[in-house]
Amino acid sequence: MSQSETLFGFIGLGGLALVSLVTVAISHDHLMAIHGGMFFAAALLGTVALITYATRRKPISPESLEYNDEVTRAGILIALFWGIVGFAVGDWLAWQLTYPALNFDLPWTNFGRLRPVHTSAVIFGFGGNALIATSFYVVQRTSKARLAGTLAPWFVLLGFNLFCIIAATGYLLGITQSREYAEPEWYADIWLVVVWVTYFIVYMKTLARRAEPHIYVANWYYLAFIVVVAMLHIVNALAVPIALGATKSYGLFSGVQDAMTQWWYGHNAVGFFLTAGFLGMMYYFLPKSVDRPIYSYRLGIIGFWGITFMYLWVGSHHLHYTALPDWVQTLGMTFSIVLLVPSWSAMINGVMTLNGAWDKLRTDPSIRFLLAAVAFYGLSTFEGSFMAIKAVNSLSHYTDWTVGHVHGGALGWLGLITFGTIYTLVPWLWKRPGMYSSRMVAWHFWLGLAGVVIYLTSMWNSGITQALMWRTYDEAGYFDYSFIDSVVAMHPYYFARALGGLLYLLGALIGAYNVWRTIKSGMVETELPKAQPEPVR
Amino acid sequence: MAVKRDEVTGTEITGHEWDGITELDTNPPRWMSWCLRIAFLWALAYWIAMPAWPSLSDFTPGILNYQQRQVVADQLAAATDAQSPWVTRMAGMSVDDIAGDAELRDLALKGGKAAFGDNCVVCHGTDAQGRREFPNLADDSWLWGGSLAEIEQSIAVGINSNHDESRQSQMLAFGRDQILDRSQIQKVANYVLSLSGADHDWKAAIMGAETFSDNCAGCHGEFGLGIEEVGAPNLADGFWIYGGDLATVRKTIHGGRQGVMPSWSKRLDSVTIKQLAIFVHALGGGQPTEDGDESD
Repeated sequence: MSQSETLFGFIGLGGLALVSLVTVAISHDHLMAIHGGMFFAAALLGTVALITYATRRKPISPESLEYNDEVTRAGILIALFWGIVGFAVGDWLAWQLTYPALNFDLPWTNFGRLRPVHTSAVIFGFGGNALIATSFYVVQRTSKARLAGTLAPWFVLLGFNLFCIIAATGYLLGITQSREYAEPEWYADIWLVVVWVTYFIVYMKTLARRAEPHIYVANWYYLAFIVVVAMLHIVNALAVPIALGATKSYGLFSGVQDAMTQWWYGHNAVGFFLTAGFLGMMYYFLPKSVDRPIYSYRLGIIGFWGITFMYLWVGSHHLHYTALPDWVQTLGMTFSIVLLVPSWSAMINGVMTLNGAWDKLRTDPSIRFLLAAVAFYGLSTFEGSFMAIKAVNSLSHYTDWTVGHVHGGALGWLGLITFGTIYTLVPWLWKRPGMYSSRMVAWHFWLGLAGVVIYLTSMWNSGITQALMWRTYDEAGYFDYSFIDSVVAMHPYYFARALGGLLYLLGALIGAYNVWRTIKSGMVETELPKAQPEPVR
Repeated sequence: MAVKRDEVTGTEITGHEWDGITELDTNPPRWMSWCLRIAFLWALAYWIAMPAWPSLSDFTPGILNYQQRQVVADQLAAATDAQSPWVTRMAGMSVDDIAGDAELRDLALKGGKAAFGDNCVVCHGTDAQGRREFPNLADDSWLWGGSLAEIEQSIAVGINSNHDESRQSQMLAFGRDQILDRSQIQKVANYVLSLSGADHDWKAAIMGAETFSDNCAGCHGEFGLGIEEVGAPNLADGFWIYGGDLATVRKTIHGGRQGVMPSWSKRLDSVTIKQLAIFVHALGGGQPTEDGDESD
C-alpha cells in the first residue's frame, strides 16, 4: 500500500466522520440522526481497519505481479450473505401475499417496506457484490496485471456495502424515494456516486496497466456495466433535499418525464447491471470451467454492441398505454424487438461454447448451473421482447406475468450464473481441489431449478388468469369479475410461488454451507487442473 | 503467422488468448442475420405506419394517423353507446319501475353486481354478508329500511357522511358521557340481550328494563324493535353489527356507535346507484315497497 494512498484513506475517513457528525448535529429528524450515526460508526471502523492494515502487514508494492484476491474473497462471501437475506425476505413477502397476517401488523415488516429490502438485497447486495468481486478477479487474469491500488478496491467493496446497509435499514425505518430499484434517499445516492467513481478509476487503471494487447470481451461488459450504471444512477437520483439535515428529498422531474426517467433507469438497470455485468461473468467463467474456446468472436461483437446500443432505447416499453406520448412507446417497442437478436447472440455464444465439452454437464454440476443460467437468459430475453409488443403488453401489464418474467431473469439467469461462478471460483480462490461436496452442488442445482420452474409456472398462470378476468365482460358490457374476485383467484398460485421461492432459498442455504465447508476443509490442491487460471509468472 | 485451428471443430482461432481463453472465428448462424434484417425491416415499417421519431417540436405522425388517446375515447364512446338504450330508459324511471320490468331488472342486476364488486365489497364482503362493524346486506335486518327506494337513498346519501342530506344516526356514549353508571350499563346490557333470547342474567335484565325505557326506547322503540326512520337497529332480531356478546354490548352502550357509510351520489351516476339498489335488494333480504314508507 503506497503512502499517498494511506494518507488519502485517512483524510477521506476523517472527512466522512466530520460530515456525518455535522449531519447528526443538524438533523431534522431522528431518522437522519440514525443514519448519520451509522456513517460515523463506519468511518471509525474504517479508521481502525486502516491502522491495523497499514501497520500489521508487510507492505506489498503496487507493482507486484501477485494478483490481489483478498477483495474478491470477501466480496463472494458478502454476496452469499446478501443473497440469503434477499431470498429469505422475498419468500417471506411471498407468504405475506398468500397470508397477509404474516406482516404481523408492524410498520417495519409491512409489504411496502420489506419489498425494497428484498429487491435491493438481491440486485445490489447479491448481484452487485458478486459483480464487484468477479470483475476484480477477471480483469486481473485477462489483463495479466495486478489490481490498481490496495486501499481503493477495499473502499469500493466496503463502501458499496455501506450503501446497501444504509439502503436496507432506511427502508425498514420508512425512508424511501419511491423510485423503483433506486429507493435510497439523496445522501445514500451521493455516497454511491463516490464509491462508483472509485470503482471506475480502479477498473480503468487496471486495464491501463494490462500486459495483453487486446481487452477481453468480459471486460467490455464489466466496463459497460460500470460506466452506464454511473450515468443512470446520477440522472435518476437528481433531487433536492428539503434540508441538509433531512432525509426527505424531491426529485428533479415530475409527471410523465419522471415516469420516463424512472423506467429509463429501471430498464437499463436490467440491461447494464443485470445483463451486461453478468454477461461479463459468463464470458470468463463459462469458457474457463469447460476449458473450451469462445464459440464465436463475431457473435461477441454483435452481442456487445447490439446490447449497449439498443438497451438504452427500450425503457419506455414499461409505460405502454399511459400518458407517455405515442412516439416514445413506438420507439421502446420496436427497439425491444430488434434487441432480441443481439441478446440471443450472447446466449448462443454461451451455449455453443460448450461444444466439445457437453460431457462435462454430466460430471460437473457447477457447469449445469452455468448452462441452465444461459438458457434462462435466452428465455427471459425472448419473453421480454415479446411482452414489449403493445398488444401483448395490454394483456400482461400490471399482472403477475411481469413478476414471473423478472424472476425468470433474476432466479434463473442471475442466480444460477452467480452460483455456477461461485462453485467454480471458490476452489480457485481458496486453493482447494474442488468444492467440499459435489452432491450438495447437485442438490442445490435441482432445488434451485425446481424453485424457478414452480415460480414461473405459477406466475404465468396467475398473470394470465388476472389479465383475462380483468377484461371479461358480459353481453351487456358489464365486468364479469371485480378486482377482488381476481385477488381471491390468485391464492393457490401465490401459495405455489411461495413454495418455489422456499426451494430456491433452501438451495442457496445448502450452497452457503458447502462454500463454508470448502473454505474450512483445509484440503490443499496438489496439482492444477487444466482449466485453472494461470499462476502469476 | 500460421493459422491455428480448434481441434474439436476445426474452426480457426482468432489468435488472441487471455488467461487461456481463446476465441473461434465462427461465422454467426445465417438464420440470425436474417432475423436481424427482418426485425429491422419490421421496425422500419412500424415507424412509417405509426408515430415514431421526434423532431425539435413535433414527431413523425405515421401514415395510419394513430392516436392512442383517440382510440380510447372512441372505445369508451362505443361502450357508452351500446349501453345507452337501457341506461337512458333507467335514468327516467324510478327504481321500483325498473325492478318491475323483467328485461331491465336483469340488466340492472348485472350492472349492480359489477358496481358492487368494485365499490362495496371492501366493507360488506364479496358475498355481501358483512363482517364485524359492517352490516350484512343479505339478511332481513335493515337499519334504514329494506325497500328498493330506501336502499337507493342510503347508497346515494350515505350514513353519517359528508353529504348534505346524509342519513344521521349517532348513538350516544352512555358510559363515557356519564349518562349511565357501570352497574346500570351492566343491567341494561343484560336486558338488551334478553330481547333476542340470548344468554343473559335474568335478574340484571329485569333491573335494566326501566333504564332501557328511559334511555333507549326513544330510538330503539319500546320493545327494542328498532325504528328505521332514525336508523336505530332492531335489538330483538338476533342480528348484530358489532357483536351480540355481553362484553361487546356493554362496550357499545359505554362508547356509543357512529358507523359511517360514504355517500356515493358524487362518485357513481344515478343509474348505477339504482342498479346497485336492485342488486342489493335481490341479495335475499329485500322488502316490498309500502305506501308512505318513504320518510325523506
